Amino acid sequence: MTSVERTDVLIVGTGFGGAIAAYHLAAGGAKVVMLERGPWLGTDDFEHDYKLGSSYTRIFDFVVGDGMSTLGGNCVGGGSVVYFAAMPRAPRFVFDRKGSIARRMWPSAITRDTLDPWYDRVAESIPITQQGWEDASYSGGLWAAACNHAGRTANPVPAAVDTTKCTNCNWMMAGCRFEAKQSLLFNYLPAALAHGAEIKPLHEVQKISKNEDGDYRVHYLRVDDEDYRETTGSGTIDAKIVVIAAGAAATPVILQRSEATLGPMPHAVGRYFSGNGERLNTAVLNEDRVRDVLGLDRGDGLAYAANQIGKGPTVANWDRLDGSLPEYSRYSLEQLYFPPGLGTILALTGGADPSWFGPDKKEMLARWRSWLIIFQMIEDDNEGVFGPPPERGNADRLSQQMLGIGRLSYKPTLNTSAAWAMADADVKDILERDGLATVTPWTNDLVGAYTVHPLASCRIGDDPHTSALDDGHELRGHPGIFVTDGSAVPGALTVNPAMTISALAERAIPGIVRAAQERGVAVTYGAPAPSGATNGRAGVQPLIPALLRK
Amino acid sequence: MRPQTSDDPQTRTMTLEAFADTIIPGEKRSSDDRAIAGAAPGGGAVAAGALELLEWDATGVSGGLDDFARALNTHAQAHTAEFGLPTDDTVPPFVALSYEERSAVVKRLTAPGHPEKALWVSLALFCNMSYDSAAHMSTADAIAAGHPGLTSMGVTTPDADGLWRFPNFSYGRPLAALHPDTTASGSPA
Ligand SMILES: Cc1cc2nc3c(=O)[nH]c(=O)nc-3n(C[C@H](O)[C@H](O)[C@H](O)COP(=O)(O)OP(=O)(O)OC[C@H]3O[C@@H](n4cnc5c(N)ncnc54)[C@H](O)[C@@H]3O)c2cc1C
Repeated sequence: MTSVERTDVLIVGTGFGGAIAAYHLAAGGAKVVMLERGPWLGTDDFEHDYKLGSSYTRIFDFVVGDGMSTLGGNCVGGGSVVYFAAMPRAPRFVFDRKGSIARRMWPSAITRDTLDPWYDRVAESIPITQQGWEDASYSGGLWAAACNHAGRTANPVPAAVDTTKCTNCNWMMAGCRFEAKQSLLFNYLPAALAHGAEIKPLHEVQKISKNEDGDYRVHYLRVDDEDYRETTGSGTIDAKIVVIAAGAAATPVILQRSEATLGPMPHAVGRYFSGNGERLNTAVLNEDRVRDVLGLDRGDGLAYAANQIGKGPTVANWDRLDGSLPEYSRYSLEQLYFPPGLGTILALTGGADPSWFGPDKKEMLARWRSWLIIFQMIEDDNEGVFGPPPERGNADRLSQQMLGIGRLSYKPTLNTSAAWAMADADVKDILERDGLATVTPWTNDLVGAYTVHPLASCRIGDDPHTSALDDGHELRGHPGIFVTDGSAVPGALTVNPAMTISALAERAIPGIVRAAQERGVAVTYGAPAPSGATNGRAGVQPLIPALLRK
Repeated sequence: MRPQTSDDPQTRTMTLEAFADTIIPGEKRSSDDRAIAGAAPGGGAVAAGALELLEWDATGVSGGLDDFARALNTHAQAHTAEFGLPTDDTVPPFVALSYEERSAVVKRLTAPGHPEKALWVSLALFCNMSYDSAAHMSTADAIAAGHPGLTSMGVTTPDADGLWRFPNFSYGRPLAALHPDTTASGSPA
């Protein structure tokens, strides 16, 4: 007789949505197991190295789709390990967005006011620093000065970075070697482990089935620790509650594959995907103009030439985050850094025949130090749709690590294309003034559009036709299965999403705890922040009765 | 040095070198270098180690290189015929093309709608990576060895422990007015 592995709560994925659920459920007394497809790395494993096989390619995932490529984390801690840690809250108007369905797409219960206490809970759990101008990198400062020169405002972006430890090495995507980035490896995850949660790395969940007793059975493959194309075994774990938090590029695929065993999925599973309206522009600065027009000087003879230096995004322009403007014309423009490898091939030369390769591109690369990358987050139209799932995971893996071919198809609508064009023109207007720079958008012709912010592929909502989850994040028609990651977010946010993903995950917990209780699990809600702080808990207390009203 | 069949190692190497050189062009290694077109000064993708990277099985493209080279030459032959370009049997058809014509072939193969686009884009991606990130070798070693791509881009040398630190990183002063609707914690209102 083979023994069946059992747990109260099985969590798929160890990013924001997974870690937050794991902590609260474990702290509340449930037995929690987390399955993570990627490896488990710690501070000393994070290398400054572009060589294939270094931490950069082990923990990073790049899935090419048809019209949209997604980038994300592939390790314990998920996106929090590779991300840039900008943690702004979403502006108020976002929650009233209608998007492609011509009526409010967020659940009526969620507004900025009702989400703020949950944002506060996150801010107490993941130390987020309000950055000052002294923290802004040269590139952030340059973006601010250019905005100012064009009569615009600019803001240092709040970030989960301990600036006293940060060396401005700009290797955030390879994992932070200096423990400056406050990834989930320093808060929710260790707190979950301390409460008995178990993390199983290199376990890739494929599908879910249901047992006769009503419990769920989660099926996984074990992944080779160096060559992710190889699997080394398989297994199952039974659980009373399943929380899926594999990220918006992977969660719907697991559910699609489970349709054969679980029965029909809600229509919105694998539909309404949003790339958070992301698009990048590369500016190549004229160093003399930076000095003469903006009056910038590093004090070492250089005006700028500092693309390599910094900590991802540090300054954003929020002038278009104005709720009185029409939908699809509101966006933020954030200074960013993207390392070579992925961050240069899509950059286009300027001129009559812009190109991503050839002699002019080589010339452009020779000016790499004078690049400034601007990141647009517009309102897209949730036009992404997932095709039938691949054999395993969410992609056919091409390389041993990092690169795979997925099934997401994304054909930008006129709304999306027009919003991108508007934001492109705005960036050009700001940065080409007085000969400061030449600006080109990254090409969408090679790998389609691309996003580090996949969202909405299994979203919450009040309308069962256009949302896969109810407003408590439970999968419609499949009680006991919850989704707490970026796929639950209804649509583009116009700012970086991790703060909102996390606040929604925090907000989903009381309902998940109750569902577990109803299935006989001895668990309660009400853990403090991982650090033991309790203000956040007190802040959400008044909201919980309404949340639990069915 | 006449190539015998389209599968012989020399044909394959020259063809792939010519492809890599189309993505990031460089100067010829010698006056009789045919694979490298010489379309730009300094080392290009070939000098950067594109072939080493492509041949590494970690990329997932190494197993298909024979097919890539064969297909590229077939496309080059079709291109040569279509535009009535001169032929040269002493080198593989893609290598026989001028830089401009190689570039035209690559543009076609990687254009939206081309049935083999994904394959050629992945090949181009690794050629580009050999130059802009030296993904086949440790970054610190590559910089120490004067890797053409990293050197030309001006990637700085790391500290002795192989890690980068930039003690000077900020202009350190306010450079714009803040948005009026900013919350106390620094978010949009
Ligand atoms: C380079 C980069 C920079 C970013 N910068 C920012 C930023 O500055 N600010 C911001 O707000 N956001 C940023 N993001 C986005 C942010 O990281 C994501 O929005 C966030 O991590 C999403 O959280 P999640 O819980 O949805 O999923 P994730 O954090 O992606 O976690 C999902 C986890 O599930 C695992 N998984 C996937 N499939 C399976 C499976 N089948 N079985 C088991 N495990 C599986 C994955 O390996 C991963 O660990 C950035 C992202 C990238 C890639």
